[in-house]
Amino acid sequence: MDYDLTIHEVHELLKSRKISSIELTQAVLDRIEEVEGKVSSFVTITRDLALDQAHQADERIKAGECLPLTGIPVLIKDNMCTRGTRTTCSSKMLENFVPPYDAKVVEKLNDRGMVMLGKSNMDEFAMGSSNENSAFYPTHNPWDLERVPGGSSGGCAAAVVSGEAVYALGSDTGGSIRQPAGFCSVVGFKPTYGRVSRYGLVAFASSLDQIGPLTRDVTDSALVLNAIAGHDPRDSTSVDQPVPDYTKSLVPDLKGTRVGVPREYFVEGMERGVEQVVRQAIDQLEELGAEVNWEISLPSTPAALACYYIVAPSEAMANLARYDGVKYGFSARDAESMWDAMEKTRQHGFGPEVKRRIMLGTYALSAGYYEAYYLKAQKVRTLITREFAEAFSKCDVLVTPTSPTVPFRIGERVDDPLQMYLADVCTLPINIAGIPGISVPAGFVDGLPVGMQILGKPFAEETLFRAAFAYEQATEWRHRRPVLNGA
Amino acid sequence: MKLSREEVQHIALLARLGVDESDLEKFSVQLSNILENFDILQQVDTTDVPPTSHPVALSNVLREDEVTPSFAPADILANAPQEEEGCFRVRAVLE
Repeated sequence: MDYDLTIHEVHELLKSRKISSIELTQAVLDRIEEVEGKVSSFVTITRDLALDQAHQADERIKAGECLPLTGIPVLIKDNMCTRGTRTTCSSKMLENFVPPYDAKVVEKLNDRGMVMLGKSNMDEFAMGSSNENSAFYPTHNPWDLERVPGGSSGGCAAAVVSGEAVYALGSDTGGSIRQPAGFCSVVGFKPTYGRVSRYGLVAFASSLDQIGPLTRDVTDSALVLNAIAGHDPRDSTSVDQPVPDYTKSLVPDLKGTRVGVPREYFVEGMERGVEQVVRQAIDQLEELGAEVNWEISLPSTPAALACYYIVAPSEAMANLARYDGVKYGFSARDAESMWDAMEKTRQHGFGPEVKRRIMLGTYALSAGYYEAYYLKAQKVRTLITREFAEAFSKCDVLVTPTSPTVPFRIGERVDDPLQMYLADVCTLPINIAGIPGISVPAGFVDGLPVGMQILGKPFAEETLFRAAFAYEQATEWRHRRPVLNGA
Repeated sequence: MKLSREEVQHIALLARLGVDESDLEKFSVQLSNILENFDILQQVDTTDVPPTSHPVALSNVLREDEVTPSFAPADILANAPQEEEGCFRVRAVLE
């Protein structure tokens, strides 16, 4: 039994009853057993639940109901609530938190016969770019175990490429799906803000957070988005627009597609190897019929990092104010007063990066600094959004590297927060503008993966899928797998 | 923008975040370094540019005020660090 197939391949096998969901799930669980000691993608493995759900899926399939995701094992990032299964955000604060309800996306997958393998390791509260901020243990990049898988959905990306899950659901606030997808050579999709309900996603930065799939190919990405997209009255920021069948946009040519390359994304700090790989990938798009415009400019890009690291921590400090040790989560016992208890709860419950961001946000919003930082960042946000809109009047998609470097070594950036923030320099402007973005495998530099990021206007998911699919079908990167034998 | 140890301490207090003495220095250096790099924001001309707080231009989202089932108290209290008679137990607010 092969643990390494795509959703659409497995679906055909399940539908024609060549395999059962139980057999498939067991094969994936065996694979987890085999490589998890090296990769550490999971915080919680829900073995019994998975087998039980696989059994139910098999019953459904026998009854003639085999939807595209029915019976297919999935890994859920540990910041999405799962009723009865602990949801930790890889934080000591929520180490024992068992949600009383399911996130909307989990509900949707459940309705389609999901088999949940477990909850993924991640950077604490989704704050980080390497998975090193997990309060439990770092995840290792399956292509080189000494390197990071990216983050914060690093556990999801590492699991999908190493055969520990057929697909995964991640979340992306500044690149947390796309950057690890690029670092691990899988497909990572961040939908338009409002396309997928955030109900039940533990809030980090509410105007930036969005849930999306990490998959082995573009077709799978479209299949998962088909299942999770749509309006939800319980998320008042989800947008009430019809959900098309995204698989219809998977056409293997790019005739007439206008591709723009924003020059600000190829600047200082970018590794030469990464730049070469992405330039080759863009040439490939041209061969597929796209008209490439290398002269697109997004002049506010250099200020995007600062804009993001004011806006996101400001929203985070408000969202994380709820962790007070009273209603749920870690609670410090050895305290003298209510305030002392609250301060100690947050001191011992949160890790260093979460504390840094809470303090950064508190500072940016505090009296005397609000106008210079928060308000200024919001105005820069307007400029960034306008520049994207302007660019999309000239082209259908924009193409950039997903990250300026290949995966870096574990430990290399942990003591320098600013260096860590730079890992998301190509992905975070997209969250600022709320537009959709996808990272597709674009090649390797010395055996380490490089991702190409494709961007589109709000709700132009179909245009992105078409460009990503055409490129993927013309290349063979999606078939490469890291060698990870025996534990 | 440099942040002194005292300023870090003040911010931590505003955020109700206990910080070890030994960490104050580290945070002061790191946060100063980050904020210095954010001076680039001040170089962007934002004259007459309105702020954006949200990527989707939504005005108030309203719904009918209908009675719907809610969570069972026991389900909510299951995660409570301290519980008493169906309530969250808290420390005295007034001393």
